[in-house]
Amino acid sequence: MTLDERLSNVSVVGAAGKMGSGITLLLAQEMARLSLLPQNRGKVFRLNAVDLSPEGLRGLQEYVHAQALKAAEKGAVGLRALYADREDLVENGEIIEDFVRRVESMVWPSTQLAAASGSHLVFEAIVEKVPVKVSVLKQLREIVPDDAFFFTNTSSVPIGLLDREAGLAGRIVGVHFYNPPPVQKLVEIIRAPGTRPDTAETAAEIGKRLRKTLIPAADVAGFIGNGHFIRDGLHGLQEAEALAKNEGWPKALWTVNRVSQDWLLRPMGIFQLIDYVGIDVFRFIQDVMGKFLEEPLSHPVVDAMIEHGVLGGQNPDGSQKPGFLRYEKGRITAVYDLERKDYVPLDPKGWTAEADARLGPLPEGFRGWKALAGAPDRDAALKAHFDAVAAMKTPGAELARRYVKRSREIARRLVATGVAARPEDVNGVLTSGFYHLYGPINDFCA
Amino acid sequence: MRKMQKRVYVVAADTTVFLGTGRKEFHPKKPRPGLEHYIAEAGKGVLAQISDPEAVDEGVVGNFMASRFNRQGHLGAMMAVVHPSLAGKPSLRVEGACASGGLAVVTAIKSVLAGQADLSLVVGVEVQNTVKAIYGADILAGAGHYAAERKSGHAYYFPAKFSDRAGEYKKRFGAERTWAAMGRWYEQAVRNARLNPKAQEFHNTTTDLFSTHQTMAPNPKSFCEHINVLDCSKVSDGAAAILVASEEGLKRTGRKKSEAVELVGFGHSTADLTAQPDDLTVLDTTRRAAREALEMAGVAVRDVGVFEVHDCFTISGILACEALGLAGHGEGADYVLSGATRRDGPTPVNTSGGLVGFGHPTGASGVRMAADLWRQLTGRAGDDQVKIPSERPHGIFASMGGNDRTVVSCVFRRAA
Ligand SMILES: NC(=O)c1ccc[n+]([C@@H]2O[C@H](COP(=O)([O-])OP(=O)(O)OC[C@H]3O[C@@H](n4cnc5c(N)ncnc54)[C@H](O)[C@@H]3O)[C@@H](O)[C@H]2O)c1
Repeated sequence: MTLDERLSNVSVVGAAGKMGSGITLLLAQEMARLSLLPQNRGKVFRLNAVDLSPEGLRGLQEYVHAQALKAAEKGAVGLRALYADREDLVENGEIIEDFVRRVESMVWPSTQLAAASGSHLVFEAIVEKVPVKVSVLKQLREIVPDDAFFFTNTSSVPIGLLDREAGLAGRIVGVHFYNPPPVQKLVEIIRAPGTRPDTAETAAEIGKRLRKTLIPAADVAGFIGNGHFIRDGLHGLQEAEALAKNEGWPKALWTVNRVSQDWLLRPMGIFQLIDYVGIDVFRFIQDVMGKFLEEPLSHPVVDAMIEHGVLGGQNPDGSQKPGFLRYEKGRITAVYDLERKDYVPLDPKGWTAEADARLGPLPEGFRGWKALAGAPDRDAALKAHFDAVAAMKTPGAELARRYVKRSREIARRLVATGVAARPEDVNGVLTSGFYHLYGPINDFCA
Repeated sequence: MRKMQKRVYVVAADTTVFLGTGRKEFHPKKPRPGLEHYIAEAGKGVLAQISDPEAVDEGVVGNFMASRFNRQGHLGAMMAVVHPSLAGKPSLRVEGACASGGLAVVTAIKSVLAGQADLSLVVGVEVQNTVKAIYGADILAGAGHYAAERKSGHAYYFPAKFSDRAGEYKKRFGAERTWAAMGRWYEQAVRNARLNPKAQEFHNTTTDLFSTHQTMAPNPKSFCEHINVLDCSKVSDGAAAILVASEEGLKRTGRKKSEAVELVGFGHSTADLTAQPDDLTVLDTTRRAAREALEMAGVAVRDVGVFEVHDCFTISGILACEALGLAGHGEGADYVLSGATRRDGPTPVNTSGGLVGFGHPTGASGVRMAADLWRQLTGRAGDDQVKIPSERPHGIFASMGGNDRTVVSCVFRRAA
């Protein structure tokens, strides 16, 4: 079966979710493009969007419309080429409208799993619960053709376990998109020991079609991305806890967040990132990893936050909900005080300034992540920055050095334990999936 | 040889802010003023400069595509928003793509020359931010031969036409110098615009304009092969107005002669819209119109001290310098690189920012050029005033429509 044939009937299960909706959009766009190729005229392409939630599916349709329109407007140059022989569609406006309608028409929403029965390819993106995933995959196996492949988006469940429990005989592979799938370039491809080569190859081909950066990871809970992120986050919490003893929580959280952003030149500080992912999601992944890896992964502060009902995460418009930090228009405005169970507003003339002063100055000529991201002299600037951090005797530099070393240690262990095949793969995940300017396996502050 | 049969003056001029991305007050999602607002603002700005607004005999509106941008035709009958006395007087709208403004100026001139009016109020207007640029490209493609070329054309129809010209120029005369000259043109346009509070790029704070342009490589996948977005004039809303007068009309306005400029020659030329340009590195219609204007005025380009050219793209600016005779064929890039077109150079071009810097509300641009020459030659240009040397007392503009298919050119000097 060719890839195009396989793509003529696809299902996304959990299509209304955060990940499922993005995957649905990407696939619907690719299928719409395929449907326009001369050899495919008259063929029906069908993307079954399956989800338990009818409201969610209604929202999915609106999402697909709005995002497909935006993408078509941006990609009009390429679309015109695709429509070159459609004499009846002349203007950008006409072509964009037709393409958007085509993308929408790919999507067949359903609340019934049975809708997937004709699919040769199933993307699974439902809740991260082993019994539910296993049960749904089993039911799917019963109804889909024997040659169907299963792509699961799980963040932490071993693929081999799903394969065995659902009886898929190697027709499953982990295709781990990052959130949101249409924007994030990175996809980790996870083969279980029993994954059939043709299944993995198809995943790679589709990943390429969707113009993703594909990085292989071994079937070890957390894979590369979360394998680094969870441990990196726990390191940040330990540093904060140590500081909190004398300084109190607001200063401690603020300090470590700043060091991990400015001193480490990352796009956001570690607590903002945990908030972005969701503190509950963080703990969930941490627990699954802990269980499968038999590694003590936890921190009492994470439990306390969840107990206090402070969960982070995002609003439907993408803005961040309060977690360790509180946000307004994308800016941090307050920090959570675990003792008082309330937020303390930033005070640039008071406690915030004191905390900053204690860290000491940033290296001379400091340019932040944003300025360096597009800078032609980025590599030289990074080296100069970390050379300076290595030489400075300030508490900020010390915290940063420990952070850089810990991150490198985590990354090296991912390679040593075979989760990543090569150092480049860990570095690739952090740069393309987490937008770091450099990989954790480096010789900074060595 | 064509001669001015009588004296014709521009006695007053005004422009609105040219609104669009880059201006602080521009918000794509908030409501914005419409055509009638702009026509009224620019027109009133002119009438406020004369003693008796009721003395105006007629109105001419220059506009390209309000019929699609705003779903509004019949703009001639909108002139009364400027002054109630204009209702009941003759007024019409003329169209010649992006030269619509230039055509409106020439229409008023002919009306005055024909003795049909002593005071003709010209307003050029376009309100284009009603649609996103990708849809605006379809509308603007109407300036080309739509039936034959829209389907095969690029998503960004006109940018691609001028990208082709830039590509050919690079090939024939050197890619590096062409690209560098395009960057310098952009830099010069924004620098001039920063002196002009009404310009779309007035708020531009980019520190290194030239290197910003140079490092933004053209991307044919998302835009065009040989130009980047900084090479393009932006999408703008705005209007410009001038008052064209006979000797008698000038007297009626109560203005001193020294406050007016005299039209000493004009040219108006078209090329076959259904045919392709002969040579992509030449703007021959622009050249023809400018020559006609200069010949009629009996002056040479060395007698001209201030220039307004139609830089819808940076490459058009360079080609227009050649078409006006500032540089030979293939020498325009070096001419720009030499700094000669900068405000401190010997032949300042587009002193208020031009289309790239001031903005390009299509139907307004030709009128705006005439307005700027009036400002410069009468010493009213404010912060963007350049020195007009006594041995080069003239100003010239060339307002171009489409891919060099309609061009109007006028030569002025301060009235005495
Ligand atoms: N959110 C992330 O950042 C992220 C990143 C990578 C991978 N993932 C993984 O993707 C998967 C989905 O995560 P999410 O964040 O999109 O979750 P989500 O809660 O936003 O979406 C899950 C969707 O699945 C639907 N669903 C639940 N049970 C179902 C069933 N039995 N049948 C059909 N639909 C069902 C729900 O209605 C919901 O719409 C998880 O495995 C998660 O680990 C998430």
